[in-house]
Amino acid sequence: MAFVDVLNNAVRRIPAWPLYIVAVIPPVAMFYWAITGQLGVDPVKNLEHEMGQLGLQVLILTLAITPLRKYAGVNLIKFRRALGVIGFAYIFLHLLVWLVLDVQILSQIIKDILKRPYITIGMAGFVMMLPLAVTSNNWSIRKLGSKWRVLHKLFYPAILLGAVHFVMLVKGWQIEPLVYLAIVTILLALRVKWSARLRMARV
Amino acid sequence: RAQDKPEFKINGFDTTETPNTFEEITTYNNFYEFGTDKGDPAKYASALTTDPWSVEIDGLVERPGSYGLGDILSKMDIDERIYRFRCVEAWSMVIPWNGFELRQLLQLAGIQSKAKYVRFETLYRPEEMRGQQRPLLDWPYVEGLRLDEAMHPLTLMATGLYGKELPNQNGAPLRLVVPWKYGFKSIKSVVKITLTDKQPVNTWKAINHREYGFYSNVNPEVSHPRWTQSSERRIGGGVFAKRIETVKFNGYEEQVADLYKGMDLTVQY
Repeated sequence: MAFVDVLNNAVRRIPAWPLYIVAVIPPVAMFYWAITGQLGVDPVKNLEHEMGQLGLQVLILTLAITPLRKYAGVNLIKFRRALGVIGFAYIFLHLLVWLVLDVQILSQIIKDILKRPYITIGMAGFVMMLPLAVTSNNWSIRKLGSKWRVLHKLFYPAILLGAVHFVMLVKGWQIEPLVYLAIVTILLALRVKWSARLRMARV
Repeated sequence: RAQDKPEFKINGFDTTETPNTFEEITTYNNFYEFGTDKGDPAKYASALTTDPWSVEIDGLVERPGSYGLGDILSKMDIDERIYRFRCVEAWSMVIPWNGFELRQLLQLAGIQSKAKYVRFETLYRPEEMRGQQRPLLDWPYVEGLRLDEAMHPLTLMATGLYGKELPNQNGAPLRLVVPWKYGFKSIKSVVKITLTDKQPVNTWKAINHREYGFYSNVNPEVSHPRWTQSSERRIGGGVFAKRIETVKFNGYEEQVADLYKGMDLTVQY
């Protein structure tokens, strides 16, 4: 336990706001590499995939915060909001790259969203995160009261859709996206067990 | 055979578009035998031994057997063909291939009159092709053409690009190139060619027949469940390149439309 205590003590002294500044670096660097030809011969796809994957990684971290505290005693809760907002921002950039640099043509974008299941699913996940991003501030938490917690449960289906979107977009059954889906599923499953146990406890 | 060449020039099969660079063509590849990332083939394909190489030609042919690559090449006319290449994932390139017409090779083996289809197989050698160590696809990779497609003068067996030996990541030492079909039809590192009277089951169709048909002709009118086929991204244009419109039969309509007369290409996709 000593290590966890040291870690928690250290965390107490680190503010969350520098995360927002650090978070700007990867997309800016990637975009710079893309326009200077350092992101391979297909910079648009690379940018699109890297932003999507980075977004999913940060959102998985966000999802891991509560189980980390519950099962490992590591308290990173003060970073959760920043991580959630950053993860959302990356997914938003992923979507922007797809819209502006990749597909470009509005009629095709609409068709893609409606007709291609993996895009429909990814889009649904993004739309679910919109109200969460908008209400990730103290004012909204105060204003919404207990409804805030209920609203933010939308994150669970949203991240699951994100992981499924990744599995569906690759050809064949590739391992990497399945690993992401497995991690998300486990992190969600940990919560399901929990609330069941809580309910039992109340009875 | 010598007479085919002028006919080819007159038909103007070469595209006048600017070819992609050697680097683009050899660092951005789908060759799952070496991994699923576009950069994996360039990284790992050097492990493949391509010499000695032979092609087993069997089935409905007059002279079945194992044909050594050197033997084959000594009998073929090697041409340069600048073809468009359109991947089912909606990206495209222009590639200056070197190679010979597949029909020359089939004639070398002698085609029996009952033959209707050609089946191709890629090498299976997991110790050199690391992607094959995992069951991602049902190895070895299989593709197929109808005999008339295989006999079309556009249909090439490529042995090089830019006048150089074909790099391993591009399907050395011998690969199919069918420029009016999606790229996955152009099977790489071919070791077996079988003439048959039954339509071969190609690998991707076996995995997902809704997404990949036997014909897989480039066709902006036939929608794919995952990728739009009405436009494409030309590799090499950089970050702000405009998408270009995809053309039916990848621009080879004049040359190949006759092969599909009377067929409903939305059903036989």
